[in-house]
Amino acid sequence: MREFKRFDPTRLWLAAHLRLVYVFLYVPIGVLMVLSFNKAGLPTVWSGFSFEWYGKLAENAAILSAARNTIVVAVISTILATLIGSLLAIGMEYRRRGAGLEAILFAPMIIPDIVLAIALLSFFTLLEVTLGLHSIILSHVVFNIAFVCAVVRTRLRSFDWSVFEASIDLGATEITTFRRIILPAILPGVIAGAMLSFTLSVDEFIIAYFTAGAGQSSTTLPMQIYSMIRFGVTPEINAMASIVMLVSFTLVIAAQRINKESVTG
Amino acid sequence: MSTLKRFAAACLVGTAAIAVSVTTAQAEEKIVISNWDGYMPADMLEKFTAETGIVAEMAVHATNEEIMGKVVAGKGKGYDVLFVSSPFVEALNHLGLVAELDHSKIPNMANLYPQAMELEYDPGLKVSVPYAWGTTGLCYREDLVSPAPTSWMDLLEPKADLKGKITMLSTDRWLMAAAFLAQGKSVNSTDEADLEAAKDLLIAAKKNLLSYDDTTFYSKLVSGEASMVHAWDGWCNYGIGENAAIKYVIPKEGSDLWVDTMVVTAASENKDAAFKFLDFVLKAENGAWVPANILYKVPNKAAMEALDPALVTQFPNLGITPDELLSQEQLRDLGAGQKAFSKTVTEILASN
Amino acid sequence: MPASRLRDWLLLGPGLLWLALFLVIPCAIVFCFSFFERGVYGGIDYIFTFENFQRAIDPLYLSIFLKSAKIAGTATLVALFLAYPAAYAISKAPPNRQTALLVLAMLPFWSNYLIRTYAWIVLLNREGLINTGLRDLGWIAEPLPLLYNEFAIITGLVYNYLPFVILAVYSSISRLNPEILEASEDLGAPSWKTFLRVTLPLTMPGVAAGSVFIFVLSIGNFITPDLLGGGNLLMVGNIIYDQFLTARDWPFGATLSFILIGIMMALLFTQAILVRRAQGDAPEKEEANA
Repeated sequence: MREFKRFDPTRLWLAAHLRLVYVFLYVPIGVLMVLSFNKAGLPTVWSGFSFEWYGKLAENAAILSAARNTIVVAVISTILATLIGSLLAIGMEYRRRGAGLEAILFAPMIIPDIVLAIALLSFFTLLEVTLGLHSIILSHVVFNIAFVCAVVRTRLRSFDWSVFEASIDLGATEITTFRRIILPAILPGVIAGAMLSFTLSVDEFIIAYFTAGAGQSSTTLPMQIYSMIRFGVTPEINAMASIVMLVSFTLVIAAQRINKESVTG
Repeated sequence: MSTLKRFAAACLVGTAAIAVSVTTAQAEEKIVISNWDGYMPADMLEKFTAETGIVAEMAVHATNEEIMGKVVAGKGKGYDVLFVSSPFVEALNHLGLVAELDHSKIPNMANLYPQAMELEYDPGLKVSVPYAWGTTGLCYREDLVSPAPTSWMDLLEPKADLKGKITMLSTDRWLMAAAFLAQGKSVNSTDEADLEAAKDLLIAAKKNLLSYDDTTFYSKLVSGEASMVHAWDGWCNYGIGENAAIKYVIPKEGSDLWVDTMVVTAASENKDAAFKFLDFVLKAENGAWVPANILYKVPNKAAMEALDPALVTQFPNLGITPDELLSQEQLRDLGAGQKAFSKTVTEILASN
Repeated sequence: MPASRLRDWLLLGPGLLWLALFLVIPCAIVFCFSFFERGVYGGIDYIFTFENFQRAIDPLYLSIFLKSAKIAGTATLVALFLAYPAAYAISKAPPNRQTALLVLAMLPFWSNYLIRTYAWIVLLNREGLINTGLRDLGWIAEPLPLLYNEFAIITGLVYNYLPFVILAVYSSISRLNPEILEASEDLGAPSWKTFLRVTLPLTMPGVAAGSVFIFVLSIGNFITPDLLGGGNLLMVGNIIYDQFLTARDWPFGATLSFILIGIMMALLFTQAILVRRAQGDAPEKEEANA
């Protein structure tokens, strides 16, 4: 590889920059984790060390069920949006459609959340759709499609479609061509799009609130947390976030180890 | 690409399965209550079910405005009981979204102070039952503010050493109420000249603020970041609990009386069960939980009389009497005046 | 011909159907509200009027739009300067580590927006970690005004949306053909020239997508201005939220949103055209194939 060929100040600078960016991203997370051990229930003032919030979290059925609902919504809406958004991106770039389509694709990003929220609730009420987790999922897919599609399209901007045509001309089926040629080209974009849409969905509040059914069974974590503001967002939420962070972090590192061993070993 | 197809099919089946699982569990008598998290005892619904056999489920909302928007857009479908503040009751009633209460099914209304029947936004409590009430005033650090504040002008035109150490509520009605009260006007005014005068005062006051804050002002007092904040009495108590030097005062020009209430939606398919729930909440022991745990006053006479006097010593504003409360002006829905009012608020918040 | 029709339909159909059903129709309903009157107690009186548009052309709303566009624009620039080199560095990491690095960049955002914002308050306030730290080091005597101002809002926006920009830029950079870069270097071009002439133009789609993400998310945000800005600055997101929920004036809220979307669409179109043009200059044979 070229990577370590010679001393390269640019490379050193890039590595240092990347580390600083990660520090920037993780410093507030460190603060949030420390606050999960805060004795008093105040969200921003330290008052002594305590483990009690972890115990309270384990007993708080509302938060745990909200966390489960959030994961269900995020996973299903991510899968649907990644699928639909990627197909749409390929279609758009292959066909190079006109302005109207572009506009519709930008729209879900631009429309203020509260507008989409009220629009969807009015629409579902008009059609007498029963609300629940499924209606949150349908709604989250709307804006997630736009984000996935935009990311995947960045990979197709300079795609050489003649390869695609050639493959078809040589008798390969469209499906084979898709799998062998297009999919590898867009895969990093698809993964990036999926990560983006999962992240957006996990943290989305307003649209989820309006399109949720009434009751615990469709309360998501952000809805639960915002409803705590009035009587104090307790460090239970920090405890929950800390656990999510630590578990995901461990999984990423573990996957990394396994991956490395399978490559080198 | 058959994996893709199978994948898509699985997604659709999954979504449908969730839809079904949500719609099936509706056989027995059940009500849904929307409230702020933490505003009722955690075991309240369980106890209610144990006593009445009615299943009660909790939904949560973050603000009055959000539950209001949702009930208007969704016609209140799915909800039976809502906890909302007084001006919203009035609007919901005018929009036909709440049900008239059958007092004969809520015998524990007898536990309320007689004054509670005279609330202007709902005289005779035809559509709402008050749950908790209180005032809005100044919450300050005795050790950092001297002399102690007595007037809204102490907040709006602070002494030099308090500049940059003050927060105000930015929720439209309370922001404007501070100026209206200081200028001797009604908190419900939408008169053009009143709005203009309040705007000038509040824009000038903005320069001396640390920030607007509706949610963490008591933390700022505890940390010493702020010395005096515009606050609801119940929330000020959270600061007092952490630091005894924190005090609450109703300025001499007066305050507003805010009331958090319970209403039954017009869309409720189980109104009798909803009335039973209101009745259950009005039991003295359930009402008593509120001042003892979240330090808000309740209009429940039986509950307030059972309150530990030590709590009133520690949190003096728990001792404000119903007569004192009723002497404050109540926030009402602004009706057609809302447009001019909210433009004024936008102008204040957007100014620099 | 019919085969390619079918192909188009399979690719575009599901997305268009979804957007038509759950975006275009519902939003069309709301936008019709902008021609009616607010009911006295909220809701809508179905009396046709242009009044909402007359109210919306008030300079007050234009100045709020310009101010929030300025803040969102600054956040976008700062985020690009942070994200581009980071994405570039990730794309140079060994292939099997790249996904892990990306996930690590996203991970902090699987917590909750509100408590992340609280964490920033803990860091930035006058008695906060940064100020007390600097004071203990003897670097400052008076606390720095880090919170409740534009700086705090921009920090909050950049923080929350930075990973999105990193992802978008990465998606574009990782597609770069190393041979093109090597060819440029082998031809003796200094590395900064290679970067400006080859790398940057080829990664413009990612830069553009990332910029759009952070700009539109920022301008519509209302929690960060409230909590980190201390409510001292209004963003477009705040006024639209307030009109719909606080003032319960759906017709006017719909009108303001309508105008916002119009302006943003115009901006995005201009941007898309500029990017296409910049790409046309790039050493790539895309146009020839199109």
